[in-house]
Amino acid sequence: MKIHEYQARDLLVKFGIPVPPAITVDTPEQAKEAFEKLAGQGATLAVVKAQVHAGGRGKAGGVKLVKTADEALEVATTIMSKPLVTHQTGPAGVPVNKLLVASGVDIEKEYYVGMAVDRASNAPVLIASSEGGVEIEQVAADNPSAILREPIDPAMGLQPYQATKIAYKLGFVGKQVRQAATIMIKIAKLFIDMDASLAEINPLIVTPASEEHPDGQVLAIDAKINFDDNALFRHKDIAVMHDETEDDPSELRAQEFGLSYIKLDGTIGCLVNGAGLAMATMDIVKLHGQEPANFLDVGGSATEEAITEAFRIILDDPNVKGVLVNIFGGIMQCDKVARAIVNAAKEVGFKVPLVVRLEGTNVEPAREIIDAAKSDVPTMVVGTDLTDAAKKIAAAVAA
Amino acid sequence: MSILINSDTKVICQGITGSAGAFHTKGCLDYGTKMVGGVTPGKGGQKDANGLPIFNTVSEAVEATGADASMIFVPPPFAADAILEAADAGIRVIVCITEGVPVMDMTKVRRVLSTDKFRDVKLIGPNCPGVITPGVEGTDDPGCKIGIMPGYIHMPASKAPTGKKVGIISRSGTLTYEAVWQCSERGIGQTTCVGIGGDPVRGMGFIDCLDLFNKDPQTDGIIMIGEIGGTDEEAAADYINMLIDKPVAGFIAGRTAPPGRRMGHAGAIISGGEGGADSKIAALKAAGVHVAESPADLGSTMAKALGL
Repeated sequence: MKIHEYQARDLLVKFGIPVPPAITVDTPEQAKEAFEKLAGQGATLAVVKAQVHAGGRGKAGGVKLVKTADEALEVATTIMSKPLVTHQTGPAGVPVNKLLVASGVDIEKEYYVGMAVDRASNAPVLIASSEGGVEIEQVAADNPSAILREPIDPAMGLQPYQATKIAYKLGFVGKQVRQAATIMIKIAKLFIDMDASLAEINPLIVTPASEEHPDGQVLAIDAKINFDDNALFRHKDIAVMHDETEDDPSELRAQEFGLSYIKLDGTIGCLVNGAGLAMATMDIVKLHGQEPANFLDVGGSATEEAITEAFRIILDDPNVKGVLVNIFGGIMQCDKVARAIVNAAKEVGFKVPLVVRLEGTNVEPAREIIDAAKSDVPTMVVGTDLTDAAKKIAAAVAA
Repeated sequence: MSILINSDTKVICQGITGSAGAFHTKGCLDYGTKMVGGVTPGKGGQKDANGLPIFNTVSEAVEATGADASMIFVPPPFAADAILEAADAGIRVIVCITEGVPVMDMTKVRRVLSTDKFRDVKLIGPNCPGVITPGVEGTDDPGCKIGIMPGYIHMPASKAPTGKKVGIISRSGTLTYEAVWQCSERGIGQTTCVGIGGDPVRGMGFIDCLDLFNKDPQTDGIIMIGEIGGTDEEAAADYINMLIDKPVAGFIAGRTAPPGRRMGHAGAIISGGEGGADSKIAALKAAGVHVAESPADLGSTMAKALGL
């Protein structure tokens, strides 16, 4: 699960990580007031940031520097007036319902500090780089030696000696070392305690030297935190942060019925049991010259109702020109699925070609059900095996 | 021969009184698995619908039955604890079917299991279909099925008309059935099939299983089915290149999957420029693995690699 920057910031504060002052607002007028309030605390400029999950906000015009309250109002009005389109959102963009107005901070140097689970070592890992402010994937591609990785014992957390070692390696000096190390220990604790799947501070910055802070101050400017969906049962406070306006409506519908559905750009709707087989079905569609319209795993214990809903979701997609059903019955019995397919097809009404491939448990009675239903579902064709089914749906759509 | 389990393996089910645990305990019994009991705290002393004894703890179950394998159907919040309980009670093969176990719980399980005390413990899963060594019904070699896979699609090694037997390792459930089915249809038997599961942090991986199959004298070839996410397939390719001398056929699911989206399995995600299908396929091909272009060609690709 993803959360917004302002929510991630609140979590950083809760775990004791220093951030510059900022105010979250819902309207352009509130943005103006927020600027006045921050100015009252000594800020001479502020950053107005669109709160959307997608990356690439800055380039898309969703992050702007403002110097006056009136400018804050104007910029906020513009950002909130239309959906924000970034390279990650798709052409329709996403609505901007909230803005973060943050005090501008002078930056001496930028760093990156992040936490993830390292799948190769089966343990959490701290990732750090002295090249902050850019995407870490870019650093990994351009200059992999600039990235430091420190494995963490999940039961003990990041140890002070580890954090201090990384802080020195990153080039922090004087009093910065202890500040940076403390932030690393805290972000690691946040990551482990809150069952995050990703926790990034980017950039982590050092402010220029001042009288109050002769070595500068280490601050978290932007944060991105994702959570392990499987652990949300023990983090109700995180679960409620979920913002449904960020989700695809058809994916939400599928979720309610226990279906795993992801909308794609192609024309062949796919209904499959099992995640691996669902991916492989998409692949075989492509192999025969067509593009999949979706990933859909109905799971092992889908009810007739859920399968019917799955068909509705697939057919509601205006791009869908044909549907491929691929079921390998294991525990799930093919005849049950066949009945559900026939009923769903009757109920929903198929105007596009439908190819059904069934194999596995109780496949014989299932085939009889499908054969008997052919007059009721005239666009339905049986695929004798996976290749045959893929060829048939590709041919039907091309025709 | 087989790997991990055989007709003599004694199996208990943790979570035997839950609906899934009860249903699949019956399924395993029907296949011929030596199910010897189950565990549900608070129901010790009772018997399940099949007459199997129920115990409060795994250690009691092991003491009374001599079980050496466990099949776990405990709900996600308690699954990691169930794995550790099984390991501590001396269970040698732990098969965790449960889907939805928090990743952080699994990192802690892996840390514990990496200690010397548990060096002989084999964990399979979580979020997996289980492991099966096919056998012949009604004989003294009924095989052993620990998991939710349909038993009848498998072809016991001793019955293979071609005389060829393969081992199968897969991150996906139904895609494994597809591979098994295509092999059985071609008269290729299976020594053991291991569903290692779709989670990012899990027990046995490709390399652990490749190593066991390579040492198993009965296994003639190996099918490995990977998918997007992580770099385990790349690591396996390196291992195959260096140390595996049996023919290996492979398939990677998810060539058409978009980056940044989790494709059903918790571990099936392309992120941070890592985990895409193309790099896995390239690595496997470079290691001499016979990669099937289509999931429909798993059986034929293996057959060709075996010289059939």
